[in-house]
Amino acid sequence: MLRFILKRAGLAILVAFTVSLISFSLLFLSGDPAAAIAGEHASDQDIEAIRRIYGFDRPMLLQYWEWLSSALMGDFGESYYFKLPVAGLIAERLSITMTLGVCGISFALLTAVPLGVAAAIRPNSLLDRFALFLSVAGQAMPSFWFGLILIVVFSIQLGWLPPSGTATPLHFVMPTIVLGYYAMPAIMRLTRAGMLEVLSSDYIRTARAKGAPEGLVMFKHALRNAIIPVVSLAAVQMGFMLGGSIVVESIFALHGAGYLAWESISRNDLPTVQALILVFSMFYIVFTFLADVLNAWLDPRMRAG
Amino acid sequence: MKRILIPAAALAMTAAASVQAGKSDDVLNVAFTKELENVDSYFNSSREGVVLQRAVWDGLIYRDPETNEYKGNLATSWEWIDDVTLELKLREGVTFHNGEPFDADDVVYTVNFVADESNGVKTQRNVNWMKSAEKIDQYTVRIHLKAPFPAAIEFLSGPVSMYPNEYYAEAGPSGMGLKPVGTGPYKVTSVEPGRHFVLEKYEGYHDSPKGQPSIGTIDIRTIPDVNTQMAELFSGSLDLIWQVPADLAEKLDQMGKFTVANESTMRIGYLTLDAAGRTGEDSPFTDVRVRQAVAHAIDREALVSALLKGKSQVISTACFPSQFGCDQDVTSYDYDVEKAKALLAEAGYPDGFKTEFYAYRDREYAEAIASFLNAVGIETDFKMLQYSALRELRMKSGSPVSFQTWGSYSINDTSAITSQFFKLGSLDDARDAEVAGWLDAADSATDPAVRRENYSKALKKIADEAYWVPMFSYNTNYVFTPEVTYTPTPDEVLRFTDMDWK
Repeated sequence: MLRFILKRAGLAILVAFTVSLISFSLLFLSGDPAAAIAGEHASDQDIEAIRRIYGFDRPMLLQYWEWLSSALMGDFGESYYFKLPVAGLIAERLSITMTLGVCGISFALLTAVPLGVAAAIRPNSLLDRFALFLSVAGQAMPSFWFGLILIVVFSIQLGWLPPSGTATPLHFVMPTIVLGYYAMPAIMRLTRAGMLEVLSSDYIRTARAKGAPEGLVMFKHALRNAIIPVVSLAAVQMGFMLGGSIVVESIFALHGAGYLAWESISRNDLPTVQALILVFSMFYIVFTFLADVLNAWLDPRMRAG
Repeated sequence: MKRILIPAAALAMTAAASVQAGKSDDVLNVAFTKELENVDSYFNSSREGVVLQRAVWDGLIYRDPETNEYKGNLATSWEWIDDVTLELKLREGVTFHNGEPFDADDVVYTVNFVADESNGVKTQRNVNWMKSAEKIDQYTVRIHLKAPFPAAIEFLSGPVSMYPNEYYAEAGPSGMGLKPVGTGPYKVTSVEPGRHFVLEKYEGYHDSPKGQPSIGTIDIRTIPDVNTQMAELFSGSLDLIWQVPADLAEKLDQMGKFTVANESTMRIGYLTLDAAGRTGEDSPFTDVRVRQAVAHAIDREALVSALLKGKSQVISTACFPSQFGCDQDVTSYDYDVEKAKALLAEAGYPDGFKTEFYAYRDREYAEAIASFLNAVGIETDFKMLQYSALRELRMKSGSPVSFQTWGSYSINDTSAITSQFFKLGSLDDARDAEVAGWLDAADSATDPAVRRENYSKALKKIADEAYWVPMFSYNTNYVFTPEVTYTPTPDEVLRFTDMDWK
C-alpha cells in the first residue's frame, strides 16, 4: 500500500510540473508579455524598459528555471499586475473559491444522492422522471444563464438575496446553487445506476430473504456499496470546482481564484498564472490521488495498477 | 466576460419594482468593471486608476473640464523662467490625509522620485519630460525639464499628482497602493486590492478648483459582468454605473427609472494602413489611391448612428477635435462606393484584392468595417488578436490594415496622439519623414502659433495621403439612480466632487 501511494505521489508531482512548463510556454505564445504589462498607452521605450527589467529578452527556459527554483523555495514572486506578493494574493482569493467549492459540492451531494437513491428505488416512476428532467436541464443550461435567471428572480423580483459580492453568507447562496447544480446530474445518475445494479445483486436478495428491514437493506447494504464510484467522481468534481468556477465567480463578482486566473492570463501576469496553475493542478492531482487511494483501500484489486 | 443579450433584456423587463428611496446612509455605491492593479496612480494605467487619482490626490495645476482653462490647485501661480524651467508658488496651509503638511519638500520628492526611470513609473511619458525639481523656499519650487515641452502644464494638471514625501519614502508604491495618502477631496479608508475601495469625504480639503466633496462615502466594488451591475442597480445596491454599452444604456433610458447621461471621450477609432509597405513592398496599401478607396468605402455616419450612438462623432483628423493643434480643416472622404471602386480600378485592382484585417477590441465595429471593405471588393481575412499579440506583430512587421483606437490618456493636446504614431516609431505605418519633421517642430516649440502651424501641416498631409482612416470618436454612458445628481465631463473621469444627492 505504501509503495502504491509513493508511486502515485511521485507521478502526481511530475504531472504538476509538466503542466506548469507547458503553461509557461503557452503564455509566451499568446502575445508579447512586455507589451501586455506595459498597457495600451505605453511607448516603445516603455515596452523595451519592461522587457529589460523583467528579463523577457532572455531565453524562455532560463526564465522558467528561475521561476521554478524560487517556487521550489516557496517564493512565488510578485504579481506583475498588482505588484503584490503572489502567495498572499492567491491565499486571499483562494479562500473564496474554496468556500464556494465546498458549498457547491455539498449542495450537489446532498441533493443528488437522495434523489439518485429515490429514483433507483422506484425506477421509471414519476420521481425518477423528475430526477431525469433535473439532470438533463442541469447539463443543458449554461451556468451564466442560470446564474442571471436566479439573480432576476431572487434579487430583483423577490429581493431575497444580494445579487453579487461576498460580504455575507447570503451572498454565497446563489453561486452555490449554480455551481452545485452543474455537478449534480453526473452524481445523481451514477448513484442511481450504482443503486440499481447493487439492488439486483444476490446479497441484497439474501438480506431481504433473511428478513432484514428495508431501510437497513437500502442504506447499510446497498448504498454503502453503490456510493464507492460516487466518491471518486465527487473528488474529481471538487477538483474541477476549485479550478474552474470562472464563470460563476465572474457573474456573482466573487473575485475568487478562478476569476483571478482568467484575468491574469489576459494580463500576461506570469507569476500569478504560474502559481495558480500549480495550485490548481495540485488540487486536481490531490483529489484524484485521494480518490485512487480511497478506491485502492476499498478494493485491493486496484493496488496492482 | 462577454455580454449576453437575452438575460439583459429579461433584466430590463423585470426591473419594475424596487429602487430604494432616499440615500439616508450617505453612501454612493459605484461599480468598476475592471480590476484596478494598484491605487498608486503612478503604478497603474487604467481609467479606474485615473478616477481614484483625481479623488485622492491633487496636481499642482487643474484644468477646468468645462472651459479648459488652467487654474492653480496645489500651486497658486506659475511662471516659465526659461524654456526648460518652470517656477511654481505653492498653496500654504494644505495638509495630507495623514496630517503631514504640504510644502516644497513634497513636490521635490515626488518629482524626483517619479522622474527617475529606475523607479519604474508605469506610464513613463507622463513623467519622463521632467528632469528634477528644486526647492527655492518652503513654498516655491522649480521644475527642470529635459527639453522644451509645451504640454507641461497639461501634464501637471493631469497625471502628475503630489505625494507626501515622508510617508511615500517609507511606504513606497506598494504601501501607497494599500493605504493611499493624498491631499485630495476624498481619503481612502479601505482597499481590497482589485475589488473593493472605500473613500470618505476629507473634511480638511483645501479651497480647490475641484470643489468641495458633498457625498460622505463612496463605496466602489469591482463587478466584471455588466448584467450583474444592472441587477445591482435594479435591486438598489448600486447607485451609479458607467461605461455602459450603448444598447443597454438605450434600454435603461427607455425604462425611465434611471438617469442615463452620455458624454464623448477623447478616444478615437481609426484604420492604420500599411503605406510604407512594411508587410511587403507589393502591399496594395502603398498606393495612395487604394488608401483613399478605403476611406471612401466606409460609411462612418452609419457606424456612428447604428453602433456607437450617443455623443460619438465622425472624425476626419488623426486626433480628437478638442485637442490643441487638432486642425479640422483637412481632407474628408465621403462615403462613395463607386468612387472607391473607381480608385481601386485606377490603382490596378479592378476586381479588388484580399488582405488581412486585424483588430483587438470592439469586434462588432471591426466586423462592420470589414463588411464595408468587402462591398468595394477588398476581401478581408479578419483576425481578432489579444492587444499584446497585435502590438507585438505591429511593432515587428506592421499589418496591412488594422483597426486601432487611441484615448490620448486624456491629454488635450495633439502631441498625445499624432506625435505618438507618426514620428517613425515602431507603430508608424506611414514612415513619412516630412510629417515626422513637422511634428518634431510642433512638439518642441513653445510658441502656440508655431505649434498650431506645424500640427496643421502634418494633419493635412496625413489626411491627403490617407495614412490613417480616422472614423469616429467613442462615447461612454453613465447610468445612475434619480437620487444622484451628476453631469459627466468629456474626459471620461468620474468626479465624485461633482456628485450630490438630489
